[in-house]
Parts: sequence; C-alpha cells; structure tokens
Amino acid sequence: MNSFSYTRADAVETASREVSNNQTAQFVAGGTNILDLMKYNVERPTRLVDLTRLPLKEIEDTDKGLRLGALATNATTAYDERVEERYPLLSKAILAGASAQLRNMATDGGNLFQRTRCYYFYDTATPCNKREPGSGCSAINGYNRVCGILGTSESCIATHPSDMCVALAALKATVNVTGTEGERTVEFADFHRLPGNEPERDNNLKPGEIVTSIDLPADGERFAKNFTYLKLRDRASYAFALVSVAAALDLDGDTIKEARVALGGVAHKPWRKPEAEDLLKGQKATKENFERVAASLLEGAKGFGSNTFKIELAKRAIVRALTMAVNGQH
Amino acid sequence: MAATTHIGRSTRRVDGRAKVTGEAKYAAEFNTPGLTYGYVISSDIAKGKITKIDASDALSLPGVLQVFTHENAPRPAYFDRKFKDDDSPVGEKFKPLYSAEIQFSMQPIGLVVADSFEVARYAASLVKVEYKAETPETNLRKKPKGHKAPTGKTGFTPPKSRGNAAKAYKNAEVQFEAEYYHMPEHHNPMEMFASTVIVEEDGKLKIYDKTQGVANSQTYVTNIFGLSKEEARVINPYMGGGFGSGLRPQYQLYLAVMAARELNRSVRVVLTREQMFSFGHRPATLQTVSLGATKDGLLQAIKHEALGETSRFEEYTEVVVNWAGMLYHCDNVELGYYLRNLDTYTPLDMRAPGSVTGIAAFETAIDELSYKVGIDPLELRLKNYAEKNEFEGKPFSSKELRACYAQGAARFGWAKRPAQPRSMREGTKLIGWGVATGMWDAQQQKSAAKANLSVDGKLVVGSSTADIGTGTYTAMTMIAAETLGLPLDAVTFKLGDTTLPVAPLEGGSWTVASVGSAVKEACEAVAKKVFKMAKDVKDSPLSGASFDEVEFVEGKVQLKGDYSSGVSIVEAMRAGEVNFIEEETTTMPNMLKQMQYARNTHSAVFVEVEVDEDLGQICVRRVVSAIAGGRVISPKTARSQILGGVVWGISMALEEESVLDHHFGRFMNHNLAEYHVAVNADIHDIDVIFVEEHDDIVNPLGAKGLGEIGIVGVAAAIGNAVYHATGKRVRELPITLDKLL
Ligand SMILES: Cc1cc2nc3c(=O)[nH]c(=O)nc-3n(C[C@H](O)[C@H](O)[C@H](O)COP(=O)(O)OP(=O)(O)OC[C@H]3O[C@@H](n4cnc5c(N)ncnc54)[C@H](O)[C@@H]3O)c2cc1C
Ligand code: SF4
Repeated sequence: MNSFSYTRADAVETASREVSNNQTAQFVAGGTNILDLMKYNVERPTRLVDLTRLPLKEIEDTDKGLRLGALATNATTAYDERVEERYPLLSKAILAGASAQLRNMATDGGNLFQRTRCYYFYDTATPCNKREPGSGCSAINGYNRVCGILGTSESCIATHPSDMCVALAALKATVNVTGTEGERTVEFADFHRLPGNEPERDNNLKPGEIVTSIDLPADGERFAKNFTYLKLRDRASYAFALVSVAAALDLDGDTIKEARVALGGVAHKPWRKPEAEDLLKGQKATKENFERVAASLLEGAKGFGSNTFKIELAKRAIVRALTMAVNGQH
Repeated sequence: MAATTHIGRSTRRVDGRAKVTGEAKYAAEFNTPGLTYGYVISSDIAKGKITKIDASDALSLPGVLQVFTHENAPRPAYFDRKFKDDDSPVGEKFKPLYSAEIQFSMQPIGLVVADSFEVARYAASLVKVEYKAETPETNLRKKPKGHKAPTGKTGFTPPKSRGNAAKAYKNAEVQFEAEYYHMPEHHNPMEMFASTVIVEEDGKLKIYDKTQGVANSQTYVTNIFGLSKEEARVINPYMGGGFGSGLRPQYQLYLAVMAARELNRSVRVVLTREQMFSFGHRPATLQTVSLGATKDGLLQAIKHEALGETSRFEEYTEVVVNWAGMLYHCDNVELGYYLRNLDTYTPLDMRAPGSVTGIAAFETAIDELSYKVGIDPLELRLKNYAEKNEFEGKPFSSKELRACYAQGAARFGWAKRPAQPRSMREGTKLIGWGVATGMWDAQQQKSAAKANLSVDGKLVVGSSTADIGTGTYTAMTMIAAETLGLPLDAVTFKLGDTTLPVAPLEGGSWTVASVGSAVKEACEAVAKKVFKMAKDVKDSPLSGASFDEVEFVEGKVQLKGDYSSGVSIVEAMRAGEVNFIEEETTTMPNMLKQMQYARNTHSAVFVEVEVDEDLGQICVRRVVSAIAGGRVISPKTARSQILGGVVWGISMALEEESVLDHHFGRFMNHNLAEYHVAVNADIHDIDVIFVEEHDDIVNPLGAKGLGEIGIVGVAAAIGNAVYHATGKRVRELPITLDKLL
C-alpha cells in the first residue's frame, strides 16, 4: 500500500469534480474492496475521497418504484421490509454474498464497482491486462476456474463477481449517476461492459461519475412470488459464485407471462439475453422449455480448461432455478 | 481404576477466558519502546536468478532504516547443519538472503526495516527487482517418476514389504487397482507467522516467536548466530493454530534476529497471508493401490505405492504407505514410497502427515474392493481385521477398533444401509453412506517438567511445551491437580518459554503422553516430599504408612479412602518448615516395555452425504467418529480435537487445495477468500464416541494422544459415501462439484 491523502466528501458535485480532475484519485465507500486492493498493491490511489458522509443512505419509495441510496449498506437493503416483500429476489441475492460482517460495511453503490476475483488480477507478480493493460492475460492459459465463459475476449476472461448485480439485472434496475456534466440514468444492462480490448474498464461510467441511487422498477414486484436466486459455489457460504442464476417468473396458472433469467459468475457483467427469456413468453413451465432457454443463454459459450465445466453447470442451474421459481422455492 | 477428581471429567479450557478477552498475547503482539518493523519482499518468480535489485527509492523514504538483500545481508553461518532443526528433512537448508538464486516462488529476497509497519510495507513495493527467469517444474503428475525416499527425518520409517505381493496379486480371484491423487494443501492457521525480537539492555535477545517448540527455535537461532542459550530466550505463550506449520522455524524468525543484530534494534517481522503460502505444505501425492482378494473378500495381496513432491534442496518424507501394511491382515504386502524434486518449497508435516494421505487412498481402495466382491464395506474390514501389527511384527499395546466399528455403526444406524449405490434419495438429492478406518501413532517422547508447591497450597508447574490450541494448558493443569489433590484453580501451568524444562516439539499427538507423564512425575516427586513431612507431623495418622497406601485429595494427604486420616498439605509443609517444595524431573518412556508392542490409536468414521443429482453440490449431513485413543484425560478438549479433525477432514475432502499455476510455479489462491476451508455452513451433525481402551504400556497415564486421529479416515469415508450416493468414484481430492457433473 502506498501513502495517500484522504478527504471526506460533503457534496456529490465537489466529490465528483475532485475525482474527475485527478486520475489517481478514487472514491471509497464501505472500503471492503478498495482497501483490500490497496493492501495488495493492485490499486494505488494517491487520494481517497470518502463518500460515506453524503446523504445517500435512504431507501425510499418513488413514483417509479423503490429507490436504493448508493450508500445504503447491503445488509440494510437485504433486510429492508419493502425489499423483502416486493423484491425478495434482491434480498436473497445479497444474502448469498460475502459474510454478515462484509455486508454490514459494503454499500449498494460499491457493490456495482467491485472488481473481479481473477487470481492473477490480485497478484502483482503475474501479468494481467486488467491490472496492467498490455501485460497479457495469465488466466486464459492458466488457472481459470473463477473466470468467464461468455462474452470473453482475447485480452480478458474475467467475471464480475457480484451476486447483488445479478438480481438487479434480472429486475431491470436503473442506476442514477451524477458527474461533472450533471445527472443521468443508466439502464442496468448498460452499466457494466464486456472486456473487449479494454479490460481495464469494468463499466461505462465516465471518470468521476458517482452512483447516487439505484431504482427498482415498480413492475419488478410481479416477480415477488415465483423467483429463485441459485448460487453454486465451492462451499456453502462465503465463497464467490462459480455460477449463479437469478430466475424470476410472472405466471398465469402454469403459463409464463414473462420470464427473467440473469447469470452470475460467467461473464464480465451479469449475463442476460432477452431473446432467451422471450422463448418462455406464453409458454408452459416445462423442463423442455427451460432447457431451451438454457441452451440459448449459453449459446457461444467458451471454456478455457479449468472453467469449461461451467457451461454444463450453468445449463443445469438455469433449468433448476426456473423449476424452483415455478414451485415457489427460493 | 480409582475414582478421579479431574482426569476424565469435562472442564472449561483454563486459558479460554484469556483468549476471548484478548488478554492472551501472540508473538506479534508484544511491544517494546523503539520497536522497528520488518516487511519481507517475496520473489515474483519460482526459478532463476536475481540480476539486479535496486533499493534506492525505498531507502530514501523517511523512516526506512535498512533494506537487506542478498547483496548486503550477513551470512552468519556456512554449514547446513547449523540451520538444522528438530523437524528437518534430509538435505541442504534454505538460507534466507544468502544468494541471488531463486529456488521457489515467493522466496524471501529482501527485508525492509522501518520505524512503522506501513512505511516498511510501502518501501517494500518500491524495491525494483530484475530476474533472469528459468522455467520451473511444479507439476508432480507431468512426469510421475521419482526416486526412493531417503531415511533420516525424525519419525520416518521406510516402507517394508512382506511375502510376495506380485505373485499373490496375479493369482488372486479378485483384483482391483486404481490411482489416487490430491493437491497440495496449506496449513493456514489464523495467526500469521511472526517473530518479535527484543534487544535487551545487556544485548541479550528476548524472542517472541510463533512456534510449536520454543526449544527448537532457540537451537536454530543459537546455532546460526553463534549465541549461547542465555543470549537468546524464546517465548511463545499462545498460538493461533499450528497444525504442524510451527514444527520448523520459519524464515521470519531468521530475518528478525538477523536484522535485530545488524541494526541493534528490536525488530518485528510478520508474514502476510500471501506469504503463508511460501513455505511448507502438505505435499501433492500420487498413489497407486492394488488389492488382490478371494471371492469372499479375504485379502491376499496389497500393493501401495506413493509419489510425493519435495523441494530441490530437501527430501521431505512422511509415512504414507506403511499403514497399508498395518490396517489389515494380509501375508503379501508390497510398499513403495518415492519422491520427486520440484521447484517449490519443502513440504512440512501437517496434521496426521502421511497417514491422512495414505489412508485416504487406501481406505477408498478397500471400499472399491467391497463393491467388487459384493460385501458390505464394514463387514469386509472386520473380515480382514488385523489382530497384531503385521508391519512391525508386534502385538498392539491395545486396539479397540472392533469396538469403534460396533459402537460407531450402532450410533450411525449402519445396519439399515442398502448395498446398492444410488438407492437412497430425497427429491433431487442422492443420499449415501460411507465408512473408513483411521490409524495413527501413540508415542511418548522424553520430556522434562518442574513443579513448585508453595506453603499456601498453590502449585506452579512448567515445561517448555506449546499449546497450539489443543488444550495443553488445560490437560496439564488437570494432571497436576489430580496428582496433588488440588482444585484446578490452585494450579498454574506455564509453557512456551526456554527458561522452563525442555519438552519435545508439540506434534505427533504425543504431548499429553510425554509432557503429561513428566508433569505427573514431577508432581509425584513433590507429593513424596509432602508425604514425608506429613508423616513427621505430631501424632500423624500416617506415621506407619507407605507412599503407596496414601492418596492426595482435597488439599490433604490421607490413607486411601479414609477421609478421617488426613494431614493437610499446608500443615505438613509448615511442620516441615519449608515455604515451598520444588522438583524437576526428566521423564523417559519405558523403552524396554514399549518396544515389544505396536502402539497406535484407531478410529472408525461413518458419514452420510447428500449430493445434488444435477448440480454436484455435496453436503456432509452426518458424521460419527468412534475413537480408540486410550484414556481420555480432558473430555471436553479431547472432543474438541476430534471435532476439529472431522471438520478439517470435511474441508480436505471437499474444498482444500493450493492451486498451482505451473507456468509461474506459483500458488495462486493465496488468501482465505479463495483457499477454501470449511465454514460453519458446511458443518452439520458430528458425533464423537470415545470407546473404552485400557492401556498401561503406552505411558504411565494410559493416554494415547488425540490431536491427529480425528482427521484420518474422514476424507475416505466421505468419498465412499459420495460413491454410495451417486455411483461415481472420485479419486482426486478435493471432490469439487465439477468432478460429479
Ligand atoms: C472476502 C470477501 C468475500 C466477498 N464475497 C462476495 C460474494 O460472495 N458476493 C458478492 O456479491 N460480493 C462479495 N464480496 C464483495 C463485496 O460485496 C464488495 O466488496 C462490496 O459490495 C463493495 O462495496 P463497498 O461499499 O465496500 O465498496 P468500496 O470498497 O468502498 O469501493 C469499491 C469501489 O467502488 C467505488 N465506489 C464506491 N461507491 C461508489 C459510488 N457511490 N459511486 C461511484 N463509485 C463508487 C470506489 O471508488 C471503489 O473503487 C466479498 C468481499 C470480500 C472482501
Ligand atoms: S482474465 Fe482478465 S483479470 Fe484475469 S488475468 Fe486475464 S486480464 Fe487479468
């Protein structure tokens, strides 16, 4: 860890300006990711701008749905009665992640920005394009059990490790951001990006832009009954997903009015494919139909050795998650 | 056996309060004015040479005192034997900062010393190192050819064959052969390795070191730096987990002492979690087991061969295959144990070293055979029960394994087990039951102890042993209190200090047997003196008695069973006009008696797993572990030891592996987020049974040691249960879900 200066932001605009003007400045919220990365010497900011005093902690009803302040903690969000009742998929996904201690510190905004868990990204002794652009990708021919199978590129096969974001993708949340050029709203599907040949960029925000809140759309409440967050991992708790599935169904009897399926642990962003979901529109909830969705979602998947099993695992997980959702098993 | 006051009764850990309140201090927590902080720089490559090392930026940082590298560090000793320690394998010793050569990834190549930890850490990142890298070889399986393992490491007995296994195998009605493999594993105790070296006014060193043997660290330091024992006192009152990782002095000790002497300043060096992956580990091992049997399951031939990894410079050995010659009756046994040198650091003993490895494979093979011959796996084991230790050619001092099988099976409900795999299911979950046997040594080592009883009835007992979390403090306090008939709170047990009488390394499950016997003997020596004084008290009711006729109960010495006859200890000592009685003894095992017997602990482990049919996720729902471990001194800490062993067995079977990137020759999951150990959510019902086992040969206490037996056999039992659930045999540990898809 290098030496750095630290400041507490008291207004969103000034904080945004401070970071956009200084390439080596970064925000800190709960600190559960950025501080680790600094200790590993992976991130070396010279200035940390602490967001936690900004008035962005509230969870409130708006005319669009429910708004999560960027600084609400993961724990507060998961246990918020409105979230539990109307967006239980989100509660479930958050609680499937990290540990109680981490969720108490981690913020909803910070969760969107958490960086990959690719082993090489964390180890400065090895080349990694995401950490040092142009140095090479060690994972492609190395140990890639935790890496992606969809939307990968020759320069990076990392995944976005969040659980929360998988549920947000399935719920079609929107993200409100403020930057030096003002406020804007980003669709969740456009928030994160694929690695392409710029794996150092995880998302589509501009330097200095701050996430102020996340909106859960009112129509997401349709999925409060038939949903599942299925997380498959190497131990029963406190491990990142090998594959996770957020499945949500709006049912009319046993006919599917609308389906949402998002995958975690397989790509550089939560993986959704509206065409695959549309395969279920107006269809019966059968195993064969679910298998068709799984096949479509995994179309073009590519394994790299130690993660190749994820292709089959993801397919089975999708079928299982949708089946559970139909049965109201969460 | 006479009724006891403390031994065999459950009591709370005597050090529990200190641990949960933070009063217990660990090696990195001792402070002194003017303390400086060392931070280790680790090599990025696994093999090659440092061509350039530039510390100028680091040295220019305010607060940096020195950057030691191979270019400027002293070389206090030349010969390898100076670097030897009590757990050294055969071979050359690694000497930190002696040369530009890199022999393993994360090798320490520099030490930054600064007046704060943060500055030292930052400065370390500024040291620029250039390497000439060579291609490392770290893959045991790539060319699985080894050489015969040498003898010479303490505790290593080379394998010994008997009969003609090749022929018997060839002629056997039923033959079975398979290959088994497991990845390297790291100990990963919670506490990082740390040494705080305090330079005292007279120049002597007071060293707080994370170790399982202060005497071992002291020998290491004094030999290398040419110091007398008075000049280097080593202390370690508590340990945040050892599991074998503290059996050898680690390089932070060398570096801290070296820097303290060079700078004449007190120095602390703490390793990072990442650096905890830069030294010993359980070696990756490739094994082949061949079994020949009659149609009705009688073993005719056993062949067990193992290939373990070791470093380029030391020949780490452990007992992997010998167990195959001890577990069952069989006349034809062929055993082979080989090593292959790789570009990693030397492996290191890790809880039940060798046995955990060998028995995981062998007990899986026995299970596989049971399906081939169509006999219940428990029945097959009973059919081939070894009445004596055929490997050593001796009777067992005691062996209640039959009782383990019987009591374990009854508690588990084994009789209801359907023979066919895949015959139990609950929804999408397949259920399976498995069993395996465990075996470990019951040893006693030479050990010394000192007991000091003062006239106020307080007893202080000491020995340089360690409590690595196993409950040494508690067990020794109980043995001392029992011997002198005192309440537990009248006894203080001291350990982990080289000024105390010398104890062996805390390992091998021999501490209760060795140090406990010494504690008992020292307290008995005190008791004899008290008895003499009690006899001399005016009108003593004991005047005509001999020592054998009395007992110590409730602060008194009395005729056995006669509560009216007592003389209080205090009264006796007053009459004897002494303020205290102090006795120090060195207790040797009774070799003549012990040599005639094989001395072992045994276990039977029963497991129920649930496996998701489509997703491969495994849950160990139930474990019954039945242990034959001699006399149980401290039931609570003993049970905790077995629970801990079972938990680790689950972890080993399903989760633990140190992942090597062979291209870099580097362990890549070097943190506790990615090196998975079992968490609470993985652990369900665990039932521990201690079967009655009387043994007056192993040692005067009749206790066999329970630190290691709890983990042995668990991995095999789980794998066997997974097979019973799914019909799929996984011969590579850990059994992760992808292997079941
Ligand atoms: C051991 C471990 C296990 C974990 N397991 C899981 C898991 O299983 N599943 C899972 O989903 N997560 C897991 N996590 C990750 C955890 O959820 C994230 O670290 C956490 O959500 C990050 O939030 P934070 O507020 O602490 O972010 P910080 O660490 O404070 O910040 C992270 C980044 O986000 C930026 N940032 C923060 N807030 C904003 C904002 N409002 N606007 C713009 N930029 C911002 C910061 O500049 C920084 O770069 C785990 C973490 C650890 C350490
Ligand atoms: S996958 Fe991405 S993060 Fe991992 S090594 Fe390659 S470039 Fe780095």
